[in-house]
Amino acid sequence: MIDFEIPAEVEAAKKRARENAERLLRPIARYYDENEHESPDELIKELWRNPSLGMSAAMGLGPEVIFVMQESVRGDAGLSLCAPGAGLGGAAILVSATKEQRERFLKRFSEGEPKWGAMAITEAGCGSDTAAITTTAVRDGDEWVLNGEKIFATAGKRAVESGGVVVVWATVDKSAGRAGIKPFVVEGGTPGMKVEKLEHKLGIRASDTATLIFEDCRIPYDNILGSPEVIDKTKTTGFKKVMATFDLTRPFVAAMALGVGRAALDFVKETFDKEGVEIRYGWPRHKLSSVERDVMDMEANMKAAEMLTLRAVWMMGQGQRNDLQASMAKAKAGLAVTKVTQKAVELLGPLGYSRKNLVEKWMRDSKINDIFEGTGQINTLIVARRILGYTRDDLK
Amino acid sequence: MISFSPSEEQQMIINTVSEFAVNEMRKLYRECDENGEIPAEIIDKAWEFGLIAGSIPEKYGGFGSEHSAVTGALVAEELAWGDLSMAMHILCPALVAFPIFEAGSEGQKGKYLPLFCGERYKPATAALIEPRFNFDPNALTTTARLDGNEYVLSGEKCYVPLAAEAELMLVYACQNGATQGFIVENGASGLEIGEREKNMGLKALATYELALKECRVPKENRLGGEAGCDFNRILNYSRAALSAMAVGVARAAYEYSLDYAKQRYAFGEPIAARQTIAFMLAEMAIEIDATRFMAWEAAWELDKGKDATKDASLAKMYADDMVLTVTDRAVQILGGHGYIRDHPVELWLRNGRGFVTFDGMAIV
Repeated sequence: MIDFEIPAEVEAAKKRARENAERLLRPIARYYDENEHESPDELIKELWRNPSLGMSAAMGLGPEVIFVMQESVRGDAGLSLCAPGAGLGGAAILVSATKEQRERFLKRFSEGEPKWGAMAITEAGCGSDTAAITTTAVRDGDEWVLNGEKIFATAGKRAVESGGVVVVWATVDKSAGRAGIKPFVVEGGTPGMKVEKLEHKLGIRASDTATLIFEDCRIPYDNILGSPEVIDKTKTTGFKKVMATFDLTRPFVAAMALGVGRAALDFVKETFDKEGVEIRYGWPRHKLSSVERDVMDMEANMKAAEMLTLRAVWMMGQGQRNDLQASMAKAKAGLAVTKVTQKAVELLGPLGYSRKNLVEKWMRDSKINDIFEGTGQINTLIVARRILGYTRDDLK
Repeated sequence: MISFSPSEEQQMIINTVSEFAVNEMRKLYRECDENGEIPAEIIDKAWEFGLIAGSIPEKYGGFGSEHSAVTGALVAEELAWGDLSMAMHILCPALVAFPIFEAGSEGQKGKYLPLFCGERYKPATAALIEPRFNFDPNALTTTARLDGNEYVLSGEKCYVPLAAEAELMLVYACQNGATQGFIVENGASGLEIGEREKNMGLKALATYELALKECRVPKENRLGGEAGCDFNRILNYSRAALSAMAVGVARAAYEYSLDYAKQRYAFGEPIAARQTIAFMLAEMAIEIDATRFMAWEAAWELDKGKDATKDASLAKMYADDMVLTVTDRAVQILGGHGYIRDHPVELWLRNGRGFVTFDGMAIV
């Protein structure tokens, strides 16, 4: 039965998430934007003690999680991303780890001091083209030895230094191409894994984006996720399984994107409202001002992206394969919020461009959503291949 | 609980209508567009599905299923996928039946609803749009004035489907600043049906201009009787229906251009193997899905009795733009062939262009 009813408990969770975000994140958002690489320790402690104050409040709610996540990110995107927890590394582990591995790697996220999980895929020479990964994993008895350099690992520094986990993608056989790419879990503190540098970014500055170096980094043999075998070079089943991580994470990134877009759109509407500028929904186009048309366009695009996101998460919950729908949601949401926040800066004139307000920050923050977890273009390519029934060789 | 699954019953209706669209509508639509006529047989066949009678209560002779705008949106998409002109023709009687069902007085329901539960198609229509660039459904220039026991209607209308054959017509007019509906029966004095219109698209659908010259209708023919009607709610039903229809037209164009792009070779490979073409198709697919869900949500709000004005108008606005972009891209993907009437994409572009103009021309 087609239904858009938001259950009362979700409405309540949404309201709490908004209040928490406004209380905990908004007041310090500007500070950690201006003081990049400073750590919001108080916030981290509070979120670790009580994860339900952050995005984790959304867990276990069904497809409506996206509304709760939006509220949290609406408070601040960068700070939301530095909330402790298993994060992207955790998602990869959930998708492809054995029960024993889950226990061994994820238990730490519910005990002791704050910890983070990170994913290390991107290298200086490859981003979305993961088959070109050059970091190597060589078996040496009961261990794997990792060598290489990873960039753009979100929460990478925190994961390394807190004793969290980093899921590192490396090749066990370069000649095997994609079939040789395997994910490995490296625990924070493992000798041979170190933080090389932190990036200076356009936005989401509170979130650390690290370059990680692996120099003869030895990990237990059992730290590989999925099968170690490169059975058949033409078969990339193992690789695909790991790529399924993105079917899980992309809709959530889309939801986070919407949170930033919502922050900007709400601010625009509140500002207009104070000035007595009315947005007259349902009026004919020729009677609307260009400002009203712009706001409606923003609203409609947000709604379109939200619907696609909701569908992708709903399918996941139904146990349906959602790779196409996850990429649709991510492609649409990333672009929609990029445009919505840019339009918000324009509509607010000098108020939009000024650092006195957060709108210009939201524009900078939002842009990452069109890039990380697969750029808009990569996601569009995935959609295109799927609707055409094309392989990566058919459509490059 | 959020769900994107049609119910089993809805899925059965979708399958039936979709089969009809594939096997019947798609066999004829080009011919109909060229000669401006839709054979009565196909309209009668569609009538047998009970798309309108289905949701009229049994006490008025209907089948008594619960009226659902969501189900209506599902049907509207499939019919419009088959052909927009035929879809509007098939659903035209709903322009009178559903507003009476939703907003009519008990007397009006008893008198008129049984007419839509017969075995034969019942031509009925609504006159809302007016022939001027700044048409506003909430500020009509057609007026209704109470004179004794009668309302006197004056003004001009256009895009009135099936006006010449309609036995009943719901005419919308401005009364004391608000839009109200008036049930006008065939042959009412002062109702002058003009020439059949010639439009860019919807060529198979017979639409007319008409003039109301002091057209007199009994006082009890005001929709909703003493209470009048909440016109905005009727308009929202129409927005949801038209948004879903726009999705249907867009999907037709998308599917056709996708198949074409896989078959058309250039430089030794299908043009779909190039990102410029493949990305257009991907964006079309994304926007079509997004718009469909926006239409569903607006329809769902109506089914729940909520004020759907915001979401229905946003969905309609988004759908108006989406269908134009998608049908235009479809023509573009076919290149020169897209411009030739041997292929259907030019027809879908002409029909798609109309949605921004169509207000209140379909209801589910």
